[in-house]
Amino acid sequence: MSYNNLSVRVGADIGGTFTDVVLEHGSGQHSSKVLTNNSNPEQAIIDGLRKVTQIAGVGIEHIDQLIHGTTLATNALIERRGAATAFITSLGFRDVIEMRTEGRFEQYDLNLSLPPPLIAREHRYVVAGRIAASGRELVALDENELQRIATRIGERGYQSVAIGFIHAYVNAAHERRAREIIAAEVPGISISISSEVSPQMREFERFNTVCANAFIKPLMASYLQRLVDRFRDEGGVCPVFMMHSGGGLISVESAIEFPVRLLESGPAGGAIYAADFAAGYGLDKVLSYDMGGTTAKICMIEDRVPKTARSFEVARTYRFKKGSGMPVSIPVIEMVEIGAGGGSLGWVDEMNQIRVGPESAGAEPGPACYNRGGLNPAVTDADLLLGRLDPERFAGGDIRLETKNAETAMQRAIGDRLGMDIDIAAIGICEVVDENMANAARVHAVENGKELGDFTMIAYGGAAPLHASRLSEKLGIDELLIPPGAGVGSAIGFLRAPFGFEAIRGAFLRLSEFDAGWTNRLIDELDDEAQRFARTGSTELELLREIKAYMRYQGQGWEIMVTLPDREFKNGDEAEIRKRFEDEYIRLFGRALDGIDIEIMTWSVQVRSRLAEPRKVVPVGTETPRYSDERRRIYDAREQRFLDAAVFQRDDLQAGDLVSGPAVIIERETSTIVNNRFQAIRQSDGCLLLRLKGKTSD
Amino acid sequence: MTDGISNVHMQVMWNRLISVVEEQALTLLRTAFSTSVREAGDLSAGVFDEQGHMIAQAVTGTPGHVNAMAEAVGHFIDEIGGDNIFEGDSYITNDPWKGTGHLHDFTFVNPSFRNGRLVGYFACTAHVVDVGGRGFGPDATEVYEEGIVIPIMKFAERGEVDQRLIKIIRGNVRESGQVIGDLYSLSSCNDTGHQRLMDMMDEFRLDDLNELRDFVFSNSLNATMEHLRDLPAGSYENEMTVDGYDAPVTMKLRLDVSDQGVLADFAGTSGLSRKGINVPLVYTTAYACYALKCALAPQIPNNHASLSPFKVTAPENCILNAKHPAPVAIRHVLGQFLPDVVLGALHKMLPDRVPAEGASALWIVQLGARPIENGQAAAGEAMRNSEILMFNSGGTGARPTLDGLSATAFPSGVHTMSAEVTEHVGPITIWRKELREGSGGAGARRGGLGQVIELSANPGHRIYINAMFDRCQNPARGRNGGHPGAAGSVELDDGSKLSSKGKQWIPDERRLVLKLPGGGGYGDPSQRDPALVAQDVEREYITPDQAKRDYAREN
Repeated sequence: MSYNNLSVRVGADIGGTFTDVVLEHGSGQHSSKVLTNNSNPEQAIIDGLRKVTQIAGVGIEHIDQLIHGTTLATNALIERRGAATAFITSLGFRDVIEMRTEGRFEQYDLNLSLPPPLIAREHRYVVAGRIAASGRELVALDENELQRIATRIGERGYQSVAIGFIHAYVNAAHERRAREIIAAEVPGISISISSEVSPQMREFERFNTVCANAFIKPLMASYLQRLVDRFRDEGGVCPVFMMHSGGGLISVESAIEFPVRLLESGPAGGAIYAADFAAGYGLDKVLSYDMGGTTAKICMIEDRVPKTARSFEVARTYRFKKGSGMPVSIPVIEMVEIGAGGGSLGWVDEMNQIRVGPESAGAEPGPACYNRGGLNPAVTDADLLLGRLDPERFAGGDIRLETKNAETAMQRAIGDRLGMDIDIAAIGICEVVDENMANAARVHAVENGKELGDFTMIAYGGAAPLHASRLSEKLGIDELLIPPGAGVGSAIGFLRAPFGFEAIRGAFLRLSEFDAGWTNRLIDELDDEAQRFARTGSTELELLREIKAYMRYQGQGWEIMVTLPDREFKNGDEAEIRKRFEDEYIRLFGRALDGIDIEIMTWSVQVRSRLAEPRKVVPVGTETPRYSDERRRIYDAREQRFLDAAVFQRDDLQAGDLVSGPAVIIERETSTIVNNRFQAIRQSDGCLLLRLKGKTSD
Repeated sequence: MTDGISNVHMQVMWNRLISVVEEQALTLLRTAFSTSVREAGDLSAGVFDEQGHMIAQAVTGTPGHVNAMAEAVGHFIDEIGGDNIFEGDSYITNDPWKGTGHLHDFTFVNPSFRNGRLVGYFACTAHVVDVGGRGFGPDATEVYEEGIVIPIMKFAERGEVDQRLIKIIRGNVRESGQVIGDLYSLSSCNDTGHQRLMDMMDEFRLDDLNELRDFVFSNSLNATMEHLRDLPAGSYENEMTVDGYDAPVTMKLRLDVSDQGVLADFAGTSGLSRKGINVPLVYTTAYACYALKCALAPQIPNNHASLSPFKVTAPENCILNAKHPAPVAIRHVLGQFLPDVVLGALHKMLPDRVPAEGASALWIVQLGARPIENGQAAAGEAMRNSEILMFNSGGTGARPTLDGLSATAFPSGVHTMSAEVTEHVGPITIWRKELREGSGGAGARRGGLGQVIELSANPGHRIYINAMFDRCQNPARGRNGGHPGAAGSVELDDGSKLSSKGKQWIPDERRLVLKLPGGGGYGDPSQRDPALVAQDVEREYITPDQAKRDYAREN
């Protein structure tokens, strides 16, 4: 393997529309973009591989590492395309995944529909046997009943079985025994148990997670097996690794066992991609901002590491509304997703307010200006009308944008309704969509006790450079970075990801009853689990470890994450743990509280391989102002007027070139808007760094 | 051009203002102690103009607080007095008649100053763990027994918290650490709102909120009036009887609808109860308006102007306009029935728009667990006093085109708690929490199913329940030929019945069994799609017998 003594690494990302393959050979980077093949997803990867290896002049057999991330698992859940799955659960709890939170995610809709459970009631079986909150066995497992259920499962032809029992996160004995019985009766059937898939407290989330895992497991196993086989047929000899939701790499075998860990692996790659630039530029606080065709995604990256959470929601059914999807409790890079993309449609509500999204024109028919039958104005149409896009040069000239269509759509949907000029209507759409994104980012920041003012934005994805400088203004951010070639960002991100795994488990401890022995044993178990997954890359890996606890004051419902010291605990250490909790609590909420016990609900051990030192970006020396005779009128929302802007081709800019706003910097896929308050400096690695005028580099 | 642009900017600022109060609400949600806030979202937050008119309210929150909090700020301004309002102040009350209807809800109001000038107020409300007295339950006969009342007063003046007040509260409530913690959370979430508002005013270069407020109010009012214009004017009546405490309660309503607004008058409603199910008018208003807004103008955000066309009246000291010192602790039970009453009247005006009746009132399970003298806990488990709170929901009424929602809160906006988490809160075991088969009212659209809960004390403990359950004698009625949902029932596992209201100890070795009501059906059951009936049988939502009896389905 390797070629000319330089290693060959490939990242492959299957998204909804495109499959991206990126190959790195030494310091060279090549990419290909082919349409996703929904019936044979692996075919698109093979096509992309052939293309990119040919461009790079290497053979598939030279590849040292193939890293893959995919949206297939997410799509299977959204479209409910999965295996015939049975769910076996504790007697008395048949309906946990159907009763959900017993709440409504929209308070004023009398015709609300809740998402149906992933596994319908007739496929949910109950068995006696009960573990207490303390882990004690209250009622023995009814093995005879399980035997009968097993027979039934065989007869009814299920392909997959999920097992989830109450309090299994603290005592997994019943789940394991149930698995043995089912496996013996129905050899070869796919089985997932909640204590392995998601050993966290809260039955709705855990049961739903194990059901999701079971539901997509046969499909993902078959796909991944086919992919590996095809890769071998093509001459590939290297191991294949998978990007997981938490931003690390695991083996294909682990992915086959826990496919739910592959959810959102594509966006996770995007966050890692941004984190890599953060490292290259030595930025400690970064807000990554990815805006594509239908949604925008925002993630906080501190000290090079994207923020993670221990649960998230997939397949939201109601305008991206929190609570309208399926909860999945696994470690994940935390993203805020907003129904705001280039294709998001503008409309007028009953209060005569302009709204944008979440409905999207999608790829077909696309925005009105694509001239493919789209009749409603999308964000892209507004961008075009405000001079931000060049109708002749969009997508490198592949798509000629029809300004007339955009005008007609804007007039019809907004202008006529509100008696507004189309310019103003377009301004309205852009301001509203930018405000929607800014609000989501602000709410996310407040939920995490952060001030966005000290963050640097890293913007990628087709529509992001058009909106990034205005969004920054709204968030009080005065520096933003726009990397080059961000169209394949996720696939590049896969190549920058560490081997790593976060083992997480619910285990209840009152700090006043701190038991060092118990704590050490628990952490050792979690460490074993995390290492087992992380070391699939190599047993030689040097692993970094982080121990975290999710803690709260007794009686509170919202735990905060606290990093614990990494050492063998001894009794008396509760004082330090309390201190760390209080420090974090004060940081978040301003004051600590007296006289209330502290509870630890969940524990986590995360290990990851040490990343290669980032390629430090050499700062540009002197900044050379550049001017352009090509001018265009663009609207500046802060100035509240149109300004005469200079137009540049991004490819023409050299390292150190400085462009003062207002300006438009055009590239093949998109344009970067430099608002009046900003200036852009082309960096040595091709990035554009936008900085508030008058602010010097740090 | 300028007009158009400024219109766009007004829109953006309105969005921002809603985001500001959302951040305020989320801050509270995250830092609160009270189970009902943290797990269930029993809170509200909003921003008000200098006169105390609500400009925007957080989306996060529950309907019971909607206009209650909206009205409260006016009371605060009156009581504190204009020349006694200073930068850094924070005001407090839990007066049921000045706040949101019972002592457990604390409302905080903070003035918002910009460059030394008052520009508005932030207010928020949340349910705290305890207020002393008898504890949360219906058994008091006067509000004095229900706990401590804090009249409208200063919690903090110019940033200095009144430590004497803190001492008094600390001396009067159980779980005082948590309660005091919640009070600070409430006050500081208003500060968060203020900070965000200042950022916004900086960005948009505003000195006051007047122009923006006028824009919000005129747009909201116009949009609301547009909806009302299309309504068939007239008077529409309805009445509904529920269990009450020891005697049935009938709620009578006449809706007078015109293109100027809707007046809901509850004349003819039963008189006061001796026990704490009475409802102050603020809370009656909140839930009646909620129902009107859901049915008539659901998309329009709540604010002073959008709520102003909806008026609610009730005769003094009928059970829906209880005056001091009537006990009001569990005013939620009747309050949450009001949407059923209102929607029933609206159905006469707008057929086929509103759902059938549902379980509606939350089944709030308030348990006390106490160690048994000389009792023995299981190995590894501690003996302790615990108060346990669970929110549970029955079925909602079927809709004209959709089945009802099973085990889902309506009209309340709250969530349930995880059974696993609840078992860590107190020494109980929850043996069963699942759908109650056959409890949905039959109909072309079936009512939502209720649920069954079974629980018992862990070894060494004994438990009591403060029962506050309804629809045990008066099930949710169907509409247009739909059948009623199943009535609720409070039992032990040996089949013996308990009372649906009041404090009762659960005998040792017995399990408490709660059967929550189902929702009413909509339309003649014979019109139900046979494939859906077959599916309901397969899923055991209904029994084969029921299929035969109610839907004439041959097996």
